Amino acid sequence: MTTGDSLLQAKAFDEARLAKYAQRKFVNRVALTLSLMAMAFGLFWLFWILIETVRLGIEGLTLATLTQMTPPPNDEGGLANAIYGSFLMVMLATFVGTPIGVMAGIYLAEFDTKGWLATITRFVNDILLSAPSIVIGLFVYAVVVSRFKSFSGWAGVMALALIVIPVVIRTTENMLQLIPPGLREAAYALGAPKWKVILSITLKAARAGVVTGVMLAVARIAGETAPLLFTALNNQFWTSSLTEPMASLPVTIFKFAMSPYENWQKLAWAGVFLITMAVLALNIAARILTRAR
Amino acid sequence: MTSPPPLKKARSGPMVDRIFGWLAKGAAYFTLLMLIAILASLTISAWPAIAKYGLGFLTSTTWDPVKEEFGGLVMIYGTLMTSLIALLIAVPVSFGIALFLTELSPAWLKRPLGTAIELLAAVPSIVYGMWGLLVFSPVLSTYVQQPLQKLFSGVPVLGALVSGPPVGIGILSAGIILAIMIIPFIAAVMRDVFEITPTLLKESAYGLGATTWEVVSKVVLPYTKAGVVGGIMLGLGRAIGETMAVTFVIGNFNQLDSLSLFQAANSITSALANEFAEAGEGLHQAALMYLGLVLFFITFVVLSLSKILLAQLKKNEGAKT
Repeated sequence: MTTGDSLLQAKAFDEARLAKYAQRKFVNRVALTLSLMAMAFGLFWLFWILIETVRLGIEGLTLATLTQMTPPPNDEGGLANAIYGSFLMVMLATFVGTPIGVMAGIYLAEFDTKGWLATITRFVNDILLSAPSIVIGLFVYAVVVSRFKSFSGWAGVMALALIVIPVVIRTTENMLQLIPPGLREAAYALGAPKWKVILSITLKAARAGVVTGVMLAVARIAGETAPLLFTALNNQFWTSSLTEPMASLPVTIFKFAMSPYENWQKLAWAGVFLITMAVLALNIAARILTRAR
Repeated sequence: MTSPPPLKKARSGPMVDRIFGWLAKGAAYFTLLMLIAILASLTISAWPAIAKYGLGFLTSTTWDPVKEEFGGLVMIYGTLMTSLIALLIAVPVSFGIALFLTELSPAWLKRPLGTAIELLAAVPSIVYGMWGLLVFSPVLSTYVQQPLQKLFSGVPVLGALVSGPPVGIGILSAGIILAIMIIPFIAAVMRDVFEITPTLLKESAYGLGATTWEVVSKVVLPYTKAGVVGGIMLGLGRAIGETMAVTFVIGNFNQLDSLSLFQAANSITSALANEFAEAGEGLHQAALMYLGLVLFFITFVVLSLSKILLAQLKKNEGAKT
C-alpha cells in the first residue's frame, strides 16, 4: 500500500466519522427538542384548564352561590347545601379514616417492617391507593345502602373514609421511616415504653409529614365524585341529618354540568372553581409544610 | 410484705404497650380485610349475573335493561380502547417530561416544573370532565375531527377509524382526556426512577463522548426498564379506573357497530356512574356489579404488575451499589 492510498483512506474515514458525529448530534438535538415540547405540552393543559376554570368560575360566582340552596332548573339559587354536605362528609371521613391510617402506618414503620403481614399490607395498600374509587362506591352500596335500604350521608362518609386510609398509611409510613433510629434508641434508653416512644417521640418528630398526608387525603376526597354517586346520592335541600341522602359539591356539579339548563351550568362552573381552588391550595400548602422541614 | 409500688407502675407499661400494639396490628389487618371484603361483597352482589351468564358475559354485546339481557363487551371494549389511546399519547409525553426534568432542566426550574406537573395530578377528575365536555370537545370537533374526516374520507382503514359524527364526544376525546390525567402519574414515576440511575454510570457514558440522548436511551433507560414499565402500568391502572372524566365525554352509548374513534361509546366506569343509582334491584344491578368486579380484577392485575416491576428495580439497585 502506498502512502497516498492510506492518506486517502484516512480522509474517507475521517469524513465518515464526522458525518456520523453530525448525525448523532442531530438525533440528540431532535430528541431534546421533543422533550422540551413534551414539557410544554404538559404545562399547556394545566394552564388551559386553570384559565377556563377561573374565567368561567368567577363569572358564575356570586354571593348567592354561597348562601342559597340548589335551585330547580332556570331559577336563581346557589350551592350552599352542596358545599355544606361536602364539608361535613369530608370532615367526618377524615376523622374516621385518619386514626386507622396512622395506626396502620405506625405498624408498618415501627412494629413490623419486614414480616409477612407488613409485606402484604404494603402491597394491598398500594393497590387500594390506585384502585378505582367507583368500586369503593359499589362496595359501600352493597354493604351499607342495600342493607339499610336508603342512601345516606353516613354511607358517603364511609366511602370517603375508605379512600383516606391508604393515602394516610402511605405518608405516615414514609415519614416515620425518615426519623433517625438514634432518636428511638435514645428514648428507649431512658426507659420509655414503646407506645410512649412512638406517640411522643417518633410521631411527634414526623408530625409535619403526617399532617401533610392528611391534607393530601382531604384534597383527594374533596373532589371525589364516583364513590358518592350511589352512597350519599344527592339532595336538593339543606339537611344536616346523616341518615338521609346528602348533597355534595362534586355530585351536584356532575348533575348540573350534564344538564342543558344554563343557570345550572353556571353554578356547576362556580362549583368547579371552588373545588379546584380548594384542592390546589391544600396541595400547595402540603408541599410548603414538608419543604420547611 | 407489701408489694413495692414501682412494680405496679412497671406493669401498666407493658399493658398499654400491648394494647397499642394490638391497635396498630388491627389497623394493618383492617387494610387487608378491606380488600377481601371488597372482593367478597362484589362477588356476592354480582352472583345472580355470574350464575346466569358465566364468562359469556364478557363476550356478549347485548345490554338491554328492559328485556333483562346483559353482556359487558361494549363497556369492556370502551374501557380498554380509551385506556389504549391514553397510553399511546401519555407514554411518549411522560418520557419527554421525565427526560426534561432529569437531564435538561436548569436546577432552579426543576422544582417549580415538577410541582406544576404534580398539580395536574391533583386536579379533581370532575374538573377534567366538565372542562372536557364544555371546553375541549367543541375545540376537538372543529379543529381536529372535521379536518381529519375530510382528509381520510376515502382511505380504507383510516377512513373507518374517523367515521361517525364529529361532535367531539366519544372514544377519542375520552382517550385524550385520560392521557392528560395520567401524564403526571407516569412522568412522576419515570422521573423518580431516572434519578436513581447511579451518577457514576451516567458520567462514564458522558465521559466516553455520548450525547445526552445516547446516555438516556442506552444507559438510563436499560437500567430503569422495569421501573419505567411499572410507571406505565400505574398510569394504565389509573386510566382504566377513572370514572368522572370519562363519563362526561364518552357519550354513554351502548352500541358497538363501528371501529370509529369518533363514535360515542361506553366504558365500565361510565356505565356504573350513569346506571347504577337508577337500576332496580335484581339482574340489572347484579350485571352492573359484575362489571364492577371485572373492572376491579383488571385494575388489580395491572397494579400488581406495576408494583412488582417497581419493586424489582429497587432490589436490583440494592444489589449493584
